Amino acid sequence: MAIIFTAVGFMTALGLLLALVLVIANKRLYVFEDPRIDQVEALLPMANCGACGTAGCRPFAEKLVNGETEPARCTVNSKSMNEIIASFLGVDLGASEKRVARLACDGGGNVAYVRANYGGLPSCRAAALVAGGGRGCSWGCLGFGDCEVVCGFEAIRMNRQGIPVVSEDKCTACGDCVTVCPKDLFSLHPISHRLWVACVNLEFGDQAEEHCEVACTACGRCAQDSPEGLIQIRDNLAIIDYGNNSLASKVAIERCPTGAIVWLEADGSVVKGRDARKVLRKGALPVA
Amino acid sequence: MKHQTAVLDSQRVPETGRSSLMKRLDQGLLRFFHGHKTFDHGIYPIEHKELTADKPIRRMPFADELVIPLLQHKGRPAIPLVKVGQEVVRGEPIAQADHFVSVPMHAPATGVIRAIGLAPTAEGPKTPAIFLKVYHAASQQVLYDMERDPERMSVKEIIQAVQDAGLVGLGGGAFPSHVKMHPPAGRVIHTLVVNGCECEPYLTCDHRIMLEQTDALIRGILIALKATRAERAIIGVEDNKLDAVAHLRARIARHLPITAEAVETKYPQGAEKMLIKSLLDLEVPAGGLPADVGVAVFNVGTLAQMGDLLPKSRGLIERVVTVSGPAVKNPGNFVVPIGTPVRFLLEQVGLKGPLGQVILGGPMMGMAVASLDVPVTKSVSGVVALEPEHPSLARRQVYPCIKCGECLNACPISLNPSMLGELALAREYGTMAEQFNLDQCFECGCCAYVCPSNIPLTQYFRIAKSINRDAKTRHEQHLDATKRH
Repeated sequence: MAIIFTAVGFMTALGLLLALVLVIANKRLYVFEDPRIDQVEALLPMANCGACGTAGCRPFAEKLVNGETEPARCTVNSKSMNEIIASFLGVDLGASEKRVARLACDGGGNVAYVRANYGGLPSCRAAALVAGGGRGCSWGCLGFGDCEVVCGFEAIRMNRQGIPVVSEDKCTACGDCVTVCPKDLFSLHPISHRLWVACVNLEFGDQAEEHCEVACTACGRCAQDSPEGLIQIRDNLAIIDYGNNSLASKVAIERCPTGAIVWLEADGSVVKGRDARKVLRKGALPVA
Repeated sequence: MKHQTAVLDSQRVPETGRSSLMKRLDQGLLRFFHGHKTFDHGIYPIEHKELTADKPIRRMPFADELVIPLLQHKGRPAIPLVKVGQEVVRGEPIAQADHFVSVPMHAPATGVIRAIGLAPTAEGPKTPAIFLKVYHAASQQVLYDMERDPERMSVKEIIQAVQDAGLVGLGGGAFPSHVKMHPPAGRVIHTLVVNGCECEPYLTCDHRIMLEQTDALIRGILIALKATRAERAIIGVEDNKLDAVAHLRARIARHLPITAEAVETKYPQGAEKMLIKSLLDLEVPAGGLPADVGVAVFNVGTLAQMGDLLPKSRGLIERVVTVSGPAVKNPGNFVVPIGTPVRFLLEQVGLKGPLGQVILGGPMMGMAVASLDVPVTKSVSGVVALEPEHPSLARRQVYPCIKCGECLNACPISLNPSMLGELALAREYGTMAEQFNLDQCFECGCCAYVCPSNIPLTQYFRIAKSINRDAKTRHEQHLDATKRH
């Protein structure tokens, strides 16, 4: 009988001793963490995409609670959820405008010539390493869809002509497509940038058009028609100064002969100018 | 021939030769009797050199228009010295070097500058180039020369003269030669290795240079010996060119510190690290330069040009190119003006039928071109044309890795291509570089050549390296940006 009491007593004493150590540790080694971080984190989309500029949603929540950033910087969250976070923290929503990825090429298989067949791994990166991929235009989209694969939000779909189309609703501007494209064709833009040059070909006139029917030929009509300072021709390419984006209008696209400069409507449709070449061909061009 | 289609295929594998085991047994006996030096691993592709090996070097006519890219070498592009509409004389400098790691360009023909604009390159992106319209009626005499004696020049003067001549590694690396003559501080060069291996199938231009331009080659070796302050020079030649070895041995004067040695015919014997291992049994450390073990390596073509150009103070305006391949009617070795479009070369030699693929350089490491308007640059040692039905262009089914280990036995620098391939599929590009020495891979293609599952290993590694390079640049840009704030 005595042996049972000894055992129970010893275990009780040991338990109390260890509990005491835990109590002391809990008091002495306590790190204060704002409970709001967990609550804010729960309101975030947990996509961990990095579009806000931090490593993931948790660090973003920490920054929000510390007042180092604004709720609107999270581009994945819906506006109403961001408003909830703002009111929860008692801060401004922030004026961050939704940004989307834009592709500076429209040279699909029906308008851009392929000069050589590439037969290796079906990946843009791999094709770009073999003589640039075989497209006549050495700057243009290769159309193997590395961006479609890498997009975690299913915002990019390859169209029939092999050109990626970005869904403005789904795009969160995380920048994965920007880094994956071997031709550096994607860039992130605020959604208000509606005037867009869908070409990066640095050749002039017929040379540019020889490889692609919708290339920018650097004719300069868009620059002449639009207000001073909006569009410049640099390196045989029209460059839009988005610092003067308020001046942008559809006037610039009207006389473009190839339709390289376009107006992107909010509903996702692409408007080409009155004088733009009408491309009726739907199928791919022959390899030539 | 306009817009001739070419098939780009990075999974290209030349048809397999005899089984490597049989070849290894043969070579074992050969080496037992002859004792030709070699390195470990490597492969034995079919050579196809008989197409052009006995064809003397002939001169290629001038094309109507030559395209001279401003960046034909490693380093910074040259700066044009000419204006559009200016008339130039053959051999006249038309672009100057931009800093130390860069070389000037010289006019390959007498003519007029038609334009300075963008031209296609073998790598893909269009780069700035000088377009020179050739005057066919001109005598094409090189007037830009001045006799001088390299023996009386100081080391500094020689290195400057080599840069002024626009010399780069003509074996395919295109690294400016004068930079190699200038070893990093604290390194002493004791041996000059002259690379006459030419291990790529089809190519025979170096073979012909050793036979036909022997005196210029020896002059070039003596200049390089003086510039690098090396004590001796060894010419390494693969033992499929024993006639060249015998010829060189007969022509090298007894008192000169130059020897010619045969090494085993095995790919990639001509890679500089492999050749140093074969000839001197020295191992260049990972990530190091040959200078780290006291060696400088020059290609025979480079030294032959050096021996020819330096005493006359001329610039590099032409090079020897092997035009060969099963689709070519009259293959041969030709002196080709720099800037000649590949289309013109193929028109001159004639084609048997439609083209499947055109490769600049050899079929193992060369680049398939997407356009026949690509010009011959200083680094192009061969143009190999394949017909569309060529077996190496056939689509191959890729099977999973069966862990046979053939690639480990083939890799000349003892990497683990099988493991690297698995990591590439898992997109673990960082791990490939950090733990499995991806950066040491020089893309010789041995692993993909021997793979029984047809896994395009070399292409995987090129993708991985390209992605790592991009990530590094982004990281550096990010660091720069944070530093500014």
